[in-house]
Order: sequence, then structure tokens, then C-alpha cells
Amino acid sequence: MERVPILKIGGVLLVSIQIDLQDQSVLALQEDLAEKISATGAHGVVIDISAVEIVDSFIGRMFATIASISRLFDADTVVVGMRPAVAITLVELGLTLGGVRTALDLERGMRILENIGRERGRTGLEAR
Amino acid sequence: MVGEAEHGHRLTELLRSNTDALVAAWVEAVATTLRGRTTGAELERDFRELFTSLLPVASGDGRDLSGHAYAELRSLLGDLSRSRARQNFSPSETASSVFALKRVVFELVNGQDDAELFRQVLSFSTLLDGLGLLTFEAYARAREEIIKEQSEQLLELTTPVVKLWEGVLAVPLVGTLDSARTQVVMEKLLEALVETGSEHAIIDITGVLAVDTQVAQHLLKTVVAARLMGAECTISGIRPQIAQTIVALGIEFGDIATKATLADALRHALRRDGVEVVRKGERGAL
Amino acid sequence: MTPRSDGPEELPIRADDDVVRVRQLVRTYAQQVKLSLVDQTKLVTAASELARNTLVYGGGGFARVEIITADGRTGIRASFHDEGPGIPDLSLALADGWSSGKGMGLGLSGARRLVDEFDLDSEVGRGTVVMVVKWKR
Repeated sequence: MERVPILKIGGVLLVSIQIDLQDQSVLALQEDLAEKISATGAHGVVIDISAVEIVDSFIGRMFATIASISRLFDADTVVVGMRPAVAITLVELGLTLGGVRTALDLERGMRILENIGRERGRTGLEAR
Repeated sequence: MVGEAEHGHRLTELLRSNTDALVAAWVEAVATTLRGRTTGAELERDFRELFTSLLPVASGDGRDLSGHAYAELRSLLGDLSRSRARQNFSPSETASSVFALKRVVFELVNGQDDAELFRQVLSFSTLLDGLGLLTFEAYARAREEIIKEQSEQLLELTTPVVKLWEGVLAVPLVGTLDSARTQVVMEKLLEALVETGSEHAIIDITGVLAVDTQVAQHLLKTVVAARLMGAECTISGIRPQIAQTIVALGIEFGDIATKATLADALRHALRRDGVEVVRKGERGAL
Repeated sequence: MTPRSDGPEELPIRADDDVVRVRQLVRTYAQQVKLSLVDQTKLVTAASELARNTLVYGGGGFARVEIITADGRTGIRASFHDEGPGIPDLSLALADGWSSGKGMGLGLSGARRLVDEFDLDSEVGRGTVVMVVKWKR
């Protein structure tokens, strides 16, 4: 089974999915991420799926799960780079990502996390 | 019965031994009706090929043209009809290319006092009738293909994805939307969002006469798909009748942004990007 | 008109990574008949859902993929076979949100929405066969 690598850039964990995900890899990624967020105290997770050709219900559910896990550690999740064909298919499949933030590309995803961080800093929400 | 009596079939032998003369006469007969829109050399090549594949079946009555024996002939006639259709020949011009061979063959046997040969020519003539009808069918099919291609090209032309502002794309939809067309347009829009890195899309339906449930569903799905990709999609220009249809059909637009006009939608998109449009000199007054 | 079949290919579904292999096989076929990118993605996604069902609920089985033509159209047919417990209530299994195991219950009903033809044949105690077709537009 291949594992998806997790990179740490500043306070953000970057997951760039470059392999054809099998279910075991999905489960392993969820576990690895939970550990890494807790160990690093990261405030954000970016999942780059620009290389992903299909997202089925199992993979789609992973995004929501990761978002819930990160929220427990007060971190935000952004899914970036979803291809149009993948998005159309997910809608047809009837899957909504349940409140997961999305962005067109990595750069915009990072910016969203920065903005959230700044807002939190200003309003003091980070102590929540 | 095809080919069974080929040896000793009077007409087949006659056709074979006169191939050159017959093809030449056939070409000449057709060339005059097609009035120089195709060259003699082209006709010569096409007809010689046709004639050669006609010879083995000339003894048949052509009652079952879908049979294996006629496969080559069918494909040749199909090709001929298709190229004629594309060159804008009329269906009768196309079919008469086949019928013209009748007269040529009649002239060949004219004056021969041979009852058996006469019977064979009659049967051959029935075969050519069948083949003529085949060209009709192939021609009609080719025209249908052309029409389909053209409507697809028209679709491409009539639904441009335009850039209104940095990061703001729009598709002005015009005319009647059907499910297939809406799907194509929406795919194009989503791809354009990625290509241009735009975070806003506006679907303007001012020019749309009617929407049915399926079309409305496609519009909604596009908005949701755009969101999954990280872009915001606004629908503008919903006419009163269409608004009524949407409500009557019970379609839930939910939290999807809708604006009365394209201008409103653009202003909405710009504002979300932190851009405010003001008249010169008004800034101080505000 | 009986559809003409073209070189069916079979793959076992015994483990997790077989699901990935089935996806890849279906994609190869879909590309071969030049399905549009969106249709390719829909078909591969449906295949992924169904192959997982075969593995998780059917206890494993195999997938068969082939090119078919009928009435001048070309398409891909993929079928998923298992000898598992079968599905006692088909209409319930096809309803949104229902699932006899883990997952979100989108497997069967979701896959059905992604394809042009969907056929489910299941017998309790004998197994399940799901067949899907996507035609070239």
C-alpha cells in the first residue's frame, strides 16, 4: 500500500495526492494527518487533488472526515484543485463535501487559511 | 443464387468483355448531368470500382441487398453517396449516377434477339433499382450527420465563455436550452474557470425563452460543481415567466446567488473580490 | 439488435488494490472508445463504487469490462460479479442513503445516476451481478 506524504509548510500541512488512492491509503492518510496535526499544532490543512482523476464516495467522505478531525485540533481544511469532471461527477453522485472549504488552486487555498488565521487573530477566536 | 450461374451467365460475360466501353459510356452519361462539378477522372475511377464489384453479382436478382455478397458494393455506394452529400449534390443527382448504368446496358444489348439475355437484363435492372435506393438511404444518413455536425458547431459558436473582469467569467445563454446543450455549456464554463484561474462565474439567462426541470437541474448542479472547485457561480437575468416555472416546478434554488441583471451579477462578483466601482469624484462624497 | 461484444476482459476483486486496478482498466476502455472526459470520469467513479461493493458486501468476486456496439452506438459495459449473501430488498438497496454496511449508502444509487444503463441481479444466498453501460454521446 502506498502512503500519501504530508509536508509541513509553516503552520500548514500540505497533502498533495499524486497516487491512485486505494481505500487503505485513504484510511492511513486520515490517521497520519490526525497524528501530524496534533504533533505540530498546525492551524491548517491543504489537500491538493489537482492530480486526482476520480473521487468516489469513499474518497469524498475522507475530505469531510479530515475536516472534522482538524476542527478538533482547531485547524481548518481546504481542498484545492478539484478538476471540473470530478466536480460534475461528485454532484451527480449526490455527494456534498459537507462544509469543507474549497479553492481553485494551492495558492488560493493557502490564502484562505491565512485570512482565516488573521481573522481569528483579530477577533481572538483562536483561543476557542 | 448469387454467383451460382456466373459461368455461362450471358449478361455477366457481356458486361465483362465490354467493361471499358461500358464504363466510358456510363461516365459520359453521368458527367453531363453533373455539369462539371466533378471531374471525368474521378467518375472514371469511382465507376470502374463500382462496375468491378457489380460483375460478380450481376447474375443475382438483388432481392436481399443486405447479404454478404453485396457487402463491398454497399460500402462503395455508401462512400460515394457520402462524398456526394458533402459536395452538395442533390439526392436525385446522386441516385441517378446508379440508374444511368441501366441505359448504358440497355443500349449494349439493344437489337439482340435473345430472350434469355432480355430476362437477365430485366433482372439486372431490378438490381440497379435496389442499389439506387441504397444510395438514397446512404445519402440521407450522410445529410443527417452533416446537420448534426453543423448544429454542434453552432452550439460552440453561440455559447462563448467571456471574461468580464479579471477573475470573472460569464456565459450569456440564448435561445432554447435543452438538456444536452446545457450540459455541454456548463462543462465548458467549469473548464474555463480552471484555465483562467477565475473564482467567479455568471450564467446569464436573459436570452433564454424557457427552462424545464432538467435544464434547471443542470444549472443548479453547475453552481454546486463550481463550488466544489472553489468558485462562486451567480445566475442572472431570470425572466418573470422563467421564475414562475422554477417556482411551479418546485425547484429549490436554495442559497444560490441570483441577480436580476448581468450588471448586478458583475457588481456582486466584484464586491466579493473587494472591488468597488465608483464614478470619478464621487469617492469623497461617499 | 444484439450488441456486438469486443474482447471482454476480466479482473479479480479480492483485495483493496484490485479496486484500483478495475478503475484503471475501465478508464483504458473508456479512453479507447473516446468517451468524453466527464463521461469517462462518471463511468470510472461508478465502477469504483461497484467494485468496492463487490469486495465489501459480496466478499470478493470479479469485474468484466468490454466494448459494445448497438444501433450504431459504441459504449462500455462493465459488470461486477460476486457470490456473496445477495441483496434481500433491491428497492431499498437502491434508495439513497441506505447501506447494509459501511459507506454513505451512495454506492448503488450513486453509481446508477452516473451511467446510462444499470441492471442489478441478486439472489439471497447466491450472489449479486451488477451491470452498467455508458454510451458514447
